[in-house]
Amino acid sequence: MALAFDEFGRPFIILREQDQKTRLRGIDAQKANIAAGKAVARILRSSLGPKGMDKMLQGPDGDVTISNDGATILEQMDVDNQIAKLMVELSRSQDYEIGDGTTGVVVMAGALLEQAERQLDRGIHPIRIAEGYEMASRVAVEHLERIAQKFEFDVDNYEPLVQTCMTTLSSKIVNRCKRSLAEIAVKAVLAVADLERRDVNLDLIKVEGKVGGKLEDTELIYGILVDKDMSHPQMPKQIEDAHIAILTCPFEPPKPKTKHKVDIDTVEKFETLRKQEQQYFDEMVQKCKDVGATLVICQWGFDDEANHLLMHRNLPAVRWVGGVELELIAIATGGRIVPRFQELTPEKLGKAGMVREKSFGTTKERMLYIEHCANSKAVTIFIRGGNKMMIEETKRSIHDALCVARNLIRNNSIVYGGGAAEITCSLAVDAAADKYPGVEQYAIRAFAEALDSVPMALAENSGLQPIETLSAVKSQQIKENIPFYGIDCNDVGTNDMREQNVFETLIGKQQQILLATQVVKMILKIDDVISNSEY
Amino acid sequence: MPIDKIFKDDASEEKGERARMASFIGAMAVADLVKSTLGPKGMDKILQSTGRGHSVTVTNDGATILKSLHIDNPAAKVLVDISKVQDDEVGDGTTSVVVLAGELLREAEKLVTSKIHPMTIIAGYRMAAECARDALLKRVIDNKENAEKFRSDLMKIAMTTLCSKILSQDKEHFAEMAVDAVFRLKGSTNLEAIQIIKKPGGSLRDSFLDEGFILDKKIGIGQPKRIENAKILVANTAMDTDKVKIYGARVRVDSMTKVAQIEGAEKEKMKDKVNKILAHGINCFVNRQLIYNFPEELFADAGVLAIEHADFEGIERLGLVTGGEIASTFDNPESVKLGHCKLIEEIMIGEDKLIHFSGVEMGQACSIVLRGASHHVLDEAERSLHDALCVLSQTVNDSRVLLGGGWPEMVMAKEVDELARKTAGKKSHAIEAFSRALVAIPTTIADNAGLDSAELVAQLRAEHHTEGCNAGIDVISGAVGDMEERGIYEAFKVKQAVLLSATEAAEMILRVDEIITCAPRRREDRM
Repeated sequence: MALAFDEFGRPFIILREQDQKTRLRGIDAQKANIAAGKAVARILRSSLGPKGMDKMLQGPDGDVTISNDGATILEQMDVDNQIAKLMVELSRSQDYEIGDGTTGVVVMAGALLEQAERQLDRGIHPIRIAEGYEMASRVAVEHLERIAQKFEFDVDNYEPLVQTCMTTLSSKIVNRCKRSLAEIAVKAVLAVADLERRDVNLDLIKVEGKVGGKLEDTELIYGILVDKDMSHPQMPKQIEDAHIAILTCPFEPPKPKTKHKVDIDTVEKFETLRKQEQQYFDEMVQKCKDVGATLVICQWGFDDEANHLLMHRNLPAVRWVGGVELELIAIATGGRIVPRFQELTPEKLGKAGMVREKSFGTTKERMLYIEHCANSKAVTIFIRGGNKMMIEETKRSIHDALCVARNLIRNNSIVYGGGAAEITCSLAVDAAADKYPGVEQYAIRAFAEALDSVPMALAENSGLQPIETLSAVKSQQIKENIPFYGIDCNDVGTNDMREQNVFETLIGKQQQILLATQVVKMILKIDDVISNSEY
Repeated sequence: MPIDKIFKDDASEEKGERARMASFIGAMAVADLVKSTLGPKGMDKILQSTGRGHSVTVTNDGATILKSLHIDNPAAKVLVDISKVQDDEVGDGTTSVVVLAGELLREAEKLVTSKIHPMTIIAGYRMAAECARDALLKRVIDNKENAEKFRSDLMKIAMTTLCSKILSQDKEHFAEMAVDAVFRLKGSTNLEAIQIIKKPGGSLRDSFLDEGFILDKKIGIGQPKRIENAKILVANTAMDTDKVKIYGARVRVDSMTKVAQIEGAEKEKMKDKVNKILAHGINCFVNRQLIYNFPEELFADAGVLAIEHADFEGIERLGLVTGGEIASTFDNPESVKLGHCKLIEEIMIGEDKLIHFSGVEMGQACSIVLRGASHHVLDEAERSLHDALCVLSQTVNDSRVLLGGGWPEMVMAKEVDELARKTAGKKSHAIEAFSRALVAIPTTIADNAGLDSAELVAQLRAEHHTEGCNAGIDVISGAVGDMEERGIYEAFKVKQAVLLSATEAAEMILRVDEIITCAPRRREDRM
């Protein structure tokens, strides 16, 4: 521990309670950080690619998650190390920004760290390495921009989009029916996409899962699915041409929010209040009826009496619908959310062609389908599957596919997958390295080397000879000067990724490289770690 | 150089072969646990809960056994989960699905040790599962058009399901009951409408399906014990003190006389309500909530039978049976739909008095009264009957049936074997393994019955090489027999669900190459 002394030779205390803290400095700190980062990357390395394996995670409460998605694995892992937490953060930001490539970004960062370690052993200063990486990443990103291709599709010809989503899904457990799931994802995104503004609001796509049935039963519903049933068991189970009143006020006796006190001290008051109460319920239902509603969807509960009145007046109702669902329903049916009965008007009602209740399996679970809505801008993907873990994993996979489709709509440039993009970047960076004078040159070369590790991991996971395969593909790329050659993970027999239809989005790839570089830079710049030792 | 630990203190991480081994062993242990309950001669398990009273359950039902286990192995949890889903979805085959998944993993383990990559095994399993399903689809029997035959199919399915349970002695009796009950549902799968009442005493054979509806309640004192041509109002309303709920009002008085006045007003209000109810012209009133003494007295005076505190399901069923609507307000007597039945009377089952509604209109719901020597017997009987009802109600919707007794497994195994021969590459080993796992089910059935499984399964395999063979294991005579003649049938939907979810689960476990266990959440703060 560093100690400073004043002029009388007494030690200064710089850190409070410093004997209770552990501290790592200089090269040791960097090495320890790199080791931690690498350890995290190593866990994910085997999950990369279509033949990647899954991880089984047991949470603190004993619940089991099985996943292949980098972000999910890291999130559930509950890491304790600070640097490992940075890696988790990294994968999460890729997830938020792009939604796909969460495993790739961590593997990439791990490889960069590994190379940095080698450079540190050579005695290159960490800041120089970081700067070299920065330059290299710029080269790589520019190179990607150059080789990127425009990807043509429109609403009627969405086949190319489906192909891209299939690439994403093929690394997941759901690859058995990737074709149908990819189609569902693309149709869902197209349904909500604003093609003019090139924007997609993924909030409008609701992903709902229910255990049971099989994966093939997964369907896209042009409408909303609500995990609720009619409030009264004898209400009609199917309504055509529904006019929906969307309410956020309860069918319950009113309780003014301001402080108040109504005291009953005479029989007359008791009587009047009693009458008022009855009238109040009657009015509530009457108002809904008056504006022409044929279905009431309410965020709150119903009083028994109100419930019966609704039933009696032939006005089906659904209660306890969550706020998010309520909003979606409002968007889909073109209705307005009404906070008070007094404000109900016919224009504020939502319209749906068909509302029906469907029951599943042998239990009495029911769900409400709201279909043929006035404004079909909100859709639901309804996932079925053999068990809970399967459903959760399918949800995550669908989310990835949705993100990919969205990114393509936002920006239709693509690069080729299967490691092709990394290999060509590696070549470009390697070539650029020679132009830089100074120590950075080594760091840039190291970056190129690190880029190779992604295709290497792909080849390894697919059971191919990693070094042999990589060098073959690399020489092929140089010889023919075509950046489309990648690793043939599925044993199709060609290395041409165009033929295999394996693409990734340009922004996704660029983001991966940039994010990984940034985190590695950050880790390299740390030269002092102070942490509380055992508490 | 020190590598800092990445995880928290109590977390653990298992990698590669070790992880795979841990999940294989966990899954197989669970499968072996329930294995001995498979088939008509399967044995039961006793489960003792750790909670207060150490209540004991004796059961043969895979889902029930697995549900009560406390398992720490994550792979084993996957199997417990599929069994639970099987129970919710189709109701039967909960043991088979776990046993099949266990066998698939056992075969996979052998392949992994002989250096075949898990992904190759998965690819092979997928092809095999697809092929097996097609093989079943080719051979399904569908008698939907022929009502009489369909009914006999259902009877056979019910008997096949029941013969592995405690009810096997009286399986015909119970099968008849279950089929009748399911036909009354008219195609709906809502088994809530079938009420099962358990009354200890008598023997299992004394159980019966009631034409009408039985409510486990007593009739109030001084009210008629028998009503003919009853008009029933089914209600859900407070009949204790009817509070004023509006504006959060409360009663505040300053003298005794006023208290009495208010009380009088309250009474008046209640009386009003009762009068309104009476204005419906009813002679039976069933409420979900309590009925206090005062209104009960009023009802008794009017000669109306008032039944209080029927639980929510009871009310719903009663609504279904009698065709009445569940009312909570009583201002418009002319438009409320009342329920009707020919006769309400109090009956005695064993020592208990129950209310019996007979001659009901709609008859969508019904009651089954189970009798038996002890609570354990009754509970198990209920589970068995529930299995049968589930399978039947699913079969009514999807009327395809198959033969039973290990026949479907042998058919699938044969087709899968043929596929293995045609497939080139390493996958064929996995496909072959799939067929071996399928054969393990008839083997287990034979083993559990104390028969020479190797001999029987070999015979069965030989028989199946002739086209259109109906051979299966006849556990009763202990030989290979014609399943069609023996009347052993199973529902296609059950078999399909078993096949698909077992493959899915096996695939999921196979894909895992690392297990990370988080530190258990600390619970000190709750102590």
